Amino acid sequence: MRYAETGFNLEVDLTRGNIERVETDPRDTELYLGGLGTNAKILWDRVPPEVEPFSHDNLLIFGAGLLCGTPATGCNRTIVSTISPQTKLMAFSMMGGFWAPELKYAGYDKVILRGKSPDLVYLWINNDKVEIRDASHLKGKGAIETAELVRQELNEPKAQVAAIGLAGENRVYFASIEQGRSSASRAGIGAVMGDKKVKAIAVRGTKDVHVARPAEFFELCTEVLEYIKFREDHPIPGVIPILAVLGSPQEMQIHDEKWHTENFSWGNARLRRKGFWTEEIAKEWHDTLESMRRRLISCYNCPLKCGATIEAPGQSTYMMKCFTKLTYAMGAMSERLEFGLRIAQRATEYGVDGYSAPQVMAFALELLEAGILTDKDFPEMPDDSAHGNEERFYYLLDKIVRREGIGDVLANGTYWAAKEIGNGAEEYAHNNIKKIEQLPLKLGMLNPIFFLMYCTGEKINITQIEGQFPQAPFPKREHREKFVKDWFQVPDDKFKQYFLDWEPRGENSNPYYPTVEMACDIVDWQERMHYIDDALGVCAGLSSFHLKPPYHIHNYPKFISSGAGLDMDEDKLTQATKRYRTLVRAINIRRGMRRKDEKPPDDHWRKRFPELEQELLDTYYKFKGWNNEGIPTKESLYELGLDYVSDDFIQRGILHEENN
Amino acid sequence: MKKIIKTIKIDVDKCNGCRACEVICSAFHAAPKYSSTNPARSRIRVIREPLTDIYVPVYAGDYAPAECAGRDQYTIDGKEYEECAFCRASCSSRDEFKEPDSGLPLKCDMCEDDPPQEEPLCVQWCLNDALIYEEREEEVEEVKLGDMEIGLESLVDKYGLQKVIDAVARMSKKE
Repeated sequence: MRYAETGFNLEVDLTRGNIERVETDPRDTELYLGGLGTNAKILWDRVPPEVEPFSHDNLLIFGAGLLCGTPATGCNRTIVSTISPQTKLMAFSMMGGFWAPELKYAGYDKVILRGKSPDLVYLWINNDKVEIRDASHLKGKGAIETAELVRQELNEPKAQVAAIGLAGENRVYFASIEQGRSSASRAGIGAVMGDKKVKAIAVRGTKDVHVARPAEFFELCTEVLEYIKFREDHPIPGVIPILAVLGSPQEMQIHDEKWHTENFSWGNARLRRKGFWTEEIAKEWHDTLESMRRRLISCYNCPLKCGATIEAPGQSTYMMKCFTKLTYAMGAMSERLEFGLRIAQRATEYGVDGYSAPQVMAFALELLEAGILTDKDFPEMPDDSAHGNEERFYYLLDKIVRREGIGDVLANGTYWAAKEIGNGAEEYAHNNIKKIEQLPLKLGMLNPIFFLMYCTGEKINITQIEGQFPQAPFPKREHREKFVKDWFQVPDDKFKQYFLDWEPRGENSNPYYPTVEMACDIVDWQERMHYIDDALGVCAGLSSFHLKPPYHIHNYPKFISSGAGLDMDEDKLTQATKRYRTLVRAINIRRGMRRKDEKPPDDHWRKRFPELEQELLDTYYKFKGWNNEGIPTKESLYELGLDYVSDDFIQRGILHEENN
Repeated sequence: MKKIIKTIKIDVDKCNGCRACEVICSAFHAAPKYSSTNPARSRIRVIREPLTDIYVPVYAGDYAPAECAGRDQYTIDGKEYEECAFCRASCSSRDEFKEPDSGLPLKCDMCEDDPPQEEPLCVQWCLNDALIYEEREEEVEEVKLGDMEIGLESLVDKYGLQKVIDAVARMSKKE
């Protein structure tokens, strides 16, 4: 009997219209856990590096985390993996909501789509009954609208629906997949779904998900809930509001946006507006949120309220998540939250990534200002409004998702658009890592921990690698001492010392402290926790993103052993995580990723230290078992049981038999 | 005579729609306890329609062999609640509160346990306090013979004494 997982994947060949329920190998669960780990294994095995993102041979995998469907709080993530049209590398965007547990109850761990449907279709998974259904009547419909229509058509209000909007249908490189109150947004996986002509996947399941040792598992779940309550009553002092409490973060609950609006850059990641957050703005934003926010809502089996239903008068209701609250307003240089909430409604229905879309639009307007693009490229675009570029953003969003005129170029994201436009446009695509638009942060002094995370994070999103360790030193030693007192989540007590000795100024401050070795340790720990979450399906908002989270390296092995019945301890879990983390890198290395690609945006920090940065990367690569190009060595691959990767690398000439 | 009445106060305004109540209810009632999870077996259901802001946790009550003749619709604060949104019955008009494989009716038992739980599990797991457990004592009057006789007499008038005797005999056998 299989525990926590169902032991079956659903294989759908869209070209032939064939559907199969395939039993999986339990040894893969031992080696790669589930979710991201087993997704990576499938992509390695079945998608060779020659396969283009928009090819019949590209797979689109919807993987439920290993513990999804069990009572583990906040364990509801769907890990969607494919080859990204934006990066041409492996994409593993994720979403919370309600979809993954429902898939487990229907009796499957993953849905694996291959081929392309000749016509627009949707998939209806109802326990053992699975159908490919016509979706021609859903063409052009919004993502939320589609979910609603599908539920009505199936007469199944409890079905969970993941859908794409117009952006996905038109293969916009930053198209998202929307579902519940969540979305899998990064790296254009919605475009791959659109390319496969799949408008939506609806799921309903009424079967049991079992755990191996029920009493023990329940006890662990109870401890997590107790600790969530404790953290609610004891916010962490001395850090910004969103980091003081758990959540992904609970942006819709928190009114104070001083930190985001004054520290993040506006427009095309250009302008910092110190002093923006006045009393007047604070009041206006507070009133706007209060008037449009209908209810604070959660994902499946989670008490935290990170999302909200938003009702802007005259527009249909949608569910807002996290930072999208701010990205459009800041990108458009609008000081009105109302604009941010209104345009996000349209963007959610269209299904676009809330990080990339506003930056692409701000980038286009900069090119116009610089004369690289001209008025002719923007026929009938409205003039500047009284509030920044609000009207122009609506115009551009429409052009992009319809791929009309300049929108067709912009729909490929700033990197590819700049290449196509030429004439110096590349300078303006300045905020990318590995071709993907990043959070609009521009800072002063190099931070060695963040340097490594930006360079090597293969989810290519800082929020999906950072966490656990404070972002900055606390001013006073006594505060730091207080902080480390109940910091039991650390894998080793040395991390407490690292933090205790970290000063805002002087010898023990950035960029030379934390030292290179310490930075390696810290980044490795932070990354490890995210990768564990992504295999188990636990939300980073209760885990890896946060200081002092309820899930950590000490209770995770117990969750896995009592839940899935695997023999697990901290060392084994660390090793398994390293295995599939390395496999993700191997997929990307095989697709051409090298050291040259691993760098933060040039202007991310004002003060840079090339020698130190080189030493950081050299040391971290070595620490991870990678050679100087960032390629996992034969030795480290063998140690992880990834001999087949090593053999493949040698065969392709990526590694050499003798000389690593 | 005094009787303890167990109640769960439901505050629909506080519900965040996460369905933790369904999760833990189904796990608690699994055999062995907590060995499996399946919200379709839960004895509490969140009637949930995020876009119209409808969130109603409902507990399974008694089995009803037939659906009701009329179905009411409620409008509260401008929100239209579906027929049955507040009904606890396991009945033929809907899928709620039935074992998914056998179709047998489910009923909330307030998590009867040995040793007893402090509160039903759904209440313990609802950190947003949409579900609050309360016990209160109620004075219950004993049924007076006189009242019963009035009722019986009317039955005898209608059906004749023998039929009533037969019916009582049949009922006592069943018990």
